[in-house]
Amino acid sequence: MADQQEILSGLAEIVNEETGLDPAEVQMDKSFTDDLDIDSLSMMTIVVNAEEKFGVRIPDDEVKNLATVGDAVGYIQSNQG
Amino acid sequence: MTATSKGFADRLRTPEVTHARISGVGGYRPRRVVPNAELVERINSSDEWIRERSGIIERRWAGEGESVVDMSELAARQALQMAGVEAAELDVVIVATVSWPYQTPAAAPMVAERLGTKGAAFDISAACAGYCHGIALASDMVRGGDASNVLVVGVERLSDFTDKDDRGTAFIFADGAGAAVVSRSATPGIGPTVWGSDGAQWDVIAQKDSWIEVHEKDLGWPTIGMAGQTVFRWAVWGMAPVAQKALDAAGITADQLDAFIPHQANVRIIDAMAKQLHMPADIPIARDIAYTGNTSSASIPLAMERMVRHGEVPSGGLALQIGFGAGLSYAAQVVVIP
Repeated sequence: MADQQEILSGLAEIVNEETGLDPAEVQMDKSFTDDLDIDSLSMMTIVVNAEEKFGVRIPDDEVKNLATVGDAVGYIQSNQG
Repeated sequence: MTATSKGFADRLRTPEVTHARISGVGGYRPRRVVPNAELVERINSSDEWIRERSGIIERRWAGEGESVVDMSELAARQALQMAGVEAAELDVVIVATVSWPYQTPAAAPMVAERLGTKGAAFDISAACAGYCHGIALASDMVRGGDASNVLVVGVERLSDFTDKDDRGTAFIFADGAGAAVVSRSATPGIGPTVWGSDGAQWDVIAQKDSWIEVHEKDLGWPTIGMAGQTVFRWAVWGMAPVAQKALDAAGITADQLDAFIPHQANVRIIDAMAKQLHMPADIPIARDIAYTGNTSSASIPLAMERMVRHGEVPSGGLALQIGFGAGLSYAAQVVVIP
C-alpha cells in the first residue's frame, strides 16, 4: 500500500506525462482545473493511469469530486486495493 | 406426434461464397462552413478552447437542398463513379443514420429511387458505429451471394438535433454524408468485423427525451446529449483493444497498415487511441474532423474519401477503421482501400 507521499509523487509523474507540467507544481492544495489548467479529457487520462498505477477503481461519477490534488490522493489512499 | 420431412432439404440451393471489397467511396460536405467563432458566444467559449478540446477548426452545417437524402444521393453518386458501378446494378442500399427525421419510412428507399435502383433498401441505427455496421452487413451479403453490389451510406444532419447552448456538444456535432460501394471481388477485401455493444451505458450518448415524452410533456425539440468524460474513457481504453482485435482477426499487424481511420469523434480520442494501439508514427491517421467536425456515421467514409482524393493513402493498401458511439455500439474491420 502506497502512503500519502508516494501517491502524491506517483500522481505528479502521471500529471507530468499527460501535460508536461513540472511534477513539483503538483501539490496537495492545487486545483486540477484552476491551478494546473487540466481539462476534463486530460483529467480522465490521469484518472485511468492512476487506476492502473495504484490498483484502484475511480468511477466516472467520482471524478467530478476530485477538485484538488489532495482530493485525488485522499481517494486513492482510502480505496487502493 | 412427430412430423416427417419430405426429404428435399438437400435440394436447397445457395449461392457460391465469394469475396467482397470496397470498390468506391464518395463524400458530400454541406456548403455552409461554420467556424468556431460562430459558436463561441452561446457556449461562453473561445476558438482556442474548442481547438484544444476537440481539434475542430470548423465544421459544415447543412442547409436548404441538403437533406439527409440529398446528401446521401450526392455522396453515393461519387462512390458509384469511382466503383464503375451503375446505380441499376445496386442490389441493396443501406443508409446508416440517426438524424433522418421520419420514424418511417426509412431514407434508403428514397435514396435508391433517386439513384435509380429498385434494390432492397433499409436504414440502420447504430449511430457513430453505423457505417462500419453497414460495411459488415454489405460484406456478408456479397460474400454470401445475396448481392453483387451494395451501397452503404453514412449520413447525418446532426445540427438539427444539437443544442446550440450545450457546451458539451454544440461545437462537436456536424453534418455530411459518406458512401461506399461494396462489390464482389476475386480476392479478400474486407476483413472480419469485430463488433458489440454495451447497453449498460445506453444513456451516455442519447436523445434527451423520447418522442412520446416530448409529445406528452410538451418538452420541445429533443436534442442529443453526451457525457463527455465517460465517452472518452470508453472510446480510448475500451475501443483500442477492439481495434487490436480487428487487426488480429484479419491477420494483420499495425505496421502493415497504410491508414488508420477511426470515427472522427474528437482529435483527443483519435490521438489517445493511436497511442494505446502503439500505432507506428509513419502510418497516416485520419484527422478529417478538423474541418468537418463529428459527423457520426458519415465520418469514416468522409475521412477515407478525403485521404484517397488527396493521395494520402494508396489504392490497394490496408486501412483499419473503427466506429463507436451511442448504444454504446462499436464495429471495426480492416479493409482494402479502393
